[in-house]
Amino acid sequence: MATKKAGRKPQSPQPIPLPARPGAVEAPIVKNHTISVLVDNEPGVLARVVGLFSGRGYNIESLTVAEVDPKEALSRINIVTSGTPMVIEQIKAQLGRLVPVHRVTDLTMLGASVERELALVKVRSTGDKRIESLRIADVFRARALDSTIDSFVFEVVGTTEKVNAFIRLMESLGLTDVSRTGVAAISRGAQSI
Amino acid sequence: MPSEPMIGARLLLKALVEQGVEDIFGYPGGAVLPIYDEIFKQNRIRHILVRQEGGAVHAAEGYARSTGKVGVVLVTSGPGATNAVTGLTDALMDSVPIVCLTGQVPTHLIGNDAFQEADTVGITRPCTKHNYLVKNVNNLARTIHEAFHVARSGRPGPVVVDLPKDVVLAMGQYVSAADAKPKSYRPQVKGDATSIEQAVELMRTAKRPLFYCGGGVVNSGPRASKLLTELVRTTGFPCTLTLMGLGTFPASDPQYLGMVGMHGLYESNNAMHDCDLMIAVGSRFDDRVTGKLTAFSPNSRKIHIDIDPSSINKNVRVDIGIVGDIANVLEDMLAVWKAKKTSTDRKALAPWWKQIETWRARKCLSYRHDSKIIMPQYALQRLYDLTKHRDDVYITTEVGQHQMWAAQFMRFDKPNHWLTSGGLGTMGYGLPSAMGVQVAHPDALVIDVAGEASILMNIQEMSTISQYGLPVKVFILNNEYMGMVRQWQELMHGGRYSQSYMSSLPDFVKLAESFHAVGLRATKPEELDDVIREMIACPKAVIADIRVDQKENCFPMIPSGAAHNEMLLGPADQAQKPTSEEGMVLV
Repeated sequence: MATKKAGRKPQSPQPIPLPARPGAVEAPIVKNHTISVLVDNEPGVLARVVGLFSGRGYNIESLTVAEVDPKEALSRINIVTSGTPMVIEQIKAQLGRLVPVHRVTDLTMLGASVERELALVKVRSTGDKRIESLRIADVFRARALDSTIDSFVFEVVGTTEKVNAFIRLMESLGLTDVSRTGVAAISRGAQSI
Repeated sequence: MPSEPMIGARLLLKALVEQGVEDIFGYPGGAVLPIYDEIFKQNRIRHILVRQEGGAVHAAEGYARSTGKVGVVLVTSGPGATNAVTGLTDALMDSVPIVCLTGQVPTHLIGNDAFQEADTVGITRPCTKHNYLVKNVNNLARTIHEAFHVARSGRPGPVVVDLPKDVVLAMGQYVSAADAKPKSYRPQVKGDATSIEQAVELMRTAKRPLFYCGGGVVNSGPRASKLLTELVRTTGFPCTLTLMGLGTFPASDPQYLGMVGMHGLYESNNAMHDCDLMIAVGSRFDDRVTGKLTAFSPNSRKIHIDIDPSSINKNVRVDIGIVGDIANVLEDMLAVWKAKKTSTDRKALAPWWKQIETWRARKCLSYRHDSKIIMPQYALQRLYDLTKHRDDVYITTEVGQHQMWAAQFMRFDKPNHWLTSGGLGTMGYGLPSAMGVQVAHPDALVIDVAGEASILMNIQEMSTISQYGLPVKVFILNNEYMGMVRQWQELMHGGRYSQSYMSSLPDFVKLAESFHAVGLRATKPEELDDVIREMIACPKAVIADIRVDQKENCFPMIPSGAAHNEMLLGPADQAQKPTSEEGMVLV
């Protein structure tokens, strides 16, 4: 039976490119991803997103939420999470399954994006330390929003790394309080999510 | 044109009628009294009064799964809603479309710890596909339509609509389904054409292929089962089914290998392990199926068709994932197959089938026959033999050994006739579920294959069954043990049967009689056939108490933490292969 057609059948009439085989064992490379989720601005929607992360054991490194389109009542949630590629794929698929979710975008996968975080940093010190804190704030382009004789409140804006670096430096200069917004992120270029 | 304003409870019933609802399973209470008042005033929708809200949800599951329609539940606030949680979780795990209407305290009391108040939306958020709290009567009808849409579209699931008492008493406007288009929920139903072509290409060259199909095919509808059968027969590939998929491919077909998984057949599991191409259709690589993940089908390429993108690459990495409605994808796949005049690698398939025949020859379902004691497998074999001539048989089960034996010995040629709690494994599922099936199919033969432990979890529903004259048959394999617990204790805990013996069991014959049903009992093999015949012939509900061997274990079995090719085929294997440390922590 097999020989009947063998003569006129080429190997494959139109070779269809097949996807590469997935590796047998995935190297467990845990990476941070910034995911933007466009959701209906309705009661409980944040609880759904956060509950999904806690219920399925995913990490949240940072989270920001605010309404971005009052006309359509849409909010944007920016989540910085970490996981292996398989876990990140699963997180995105699970988010996409939620009924009030309109769109899920992985800004890290998309390519270039800008990410910013704002922190308010309170430092209490006098003398050399006070002067040093002001000098470092200048280097980081942090603004002093409030000042007393022995304290400053700085506002620093930048990437998470920059904010972390600023806070680390302030630790030895009388750091008392930190309040951070979490990451807001958007893709570079003309395309929107 | 706006219609006359009417009170919320009436808007609700009007929306249910427009959604084609004929039966509701429920239980009244303070917060839902206005809705019950409206139910009293109409006769389009029949209300089935259950005896506990958990029973209502399982009944709606049976109703939904046997008809393909959305099952509807109505319960009151607080305890009514919390009692429904198990059923909702069960429906979520097994993708059963349910709309559960829960009463709620009036909006001005929400958050005040009012009488019979519970945060229903909060409690049910992780155990529903979606849920709503209706705070404005003018959104009520729209929300009901959206709830039905969400429950039945995409991967089906349970949806809760929480209804504060003041909202169902307020006057509002009706919105018809056509004017209530959901904003954001649009699941992908059409599969990607390139992926389908790639899949066909893999199938063309496969040497040891295998179809592995599950409950998603049932959910896609009877058309999906027909197309699946056509595709399997066209290719000539072997086909195995999951517990939830039984019936989607005919059990009588020679290409059918039987159930796969922990208590699946030797031939199925070995074929899963050795295949070079796995075509997963509406199945989700559940841990009961895969066994040890690192040893799962190590040498195969995998195609996965599913409507839920999150099912793909969740547990097992696949080569080609196709998101779409199963029926649509299979139709496209068949079209590509025919258009390209595809033929399979018959030269390679012949030895593959030969290998499968040698596995089949092991006859892994054989069991010890006994002339004095009824073997549980024998009881189910006879139940199947004495009912197989009918095509209106529906089997539901509870959870445990009897469930696995039923899956092995009851054979199904059509979908929607087998109802079991697969994902959540809910003891007490079978009786209310059978009740729901019987409500939808009054003349059918509906049998709940039960264990004596599981049946007691929702035994109160015998009262419902009697009230509505539902001729449900309860077939109890009574071994006086929680059989599966006892089996695992024997395998992993040195036979220390901690709390798994059921003492002080009721007399099931008298219990049946007290519920106005008929009680039967078989204790010897020669009594079995007569009891089964009498049970089937009886026009009333029946509890048949079948006293079976107390010590029999369910085989074949992949012990937890083991691979598909490390099955235990019987007691002899059990002694030789102790469970690994890794397996001990698994469920």
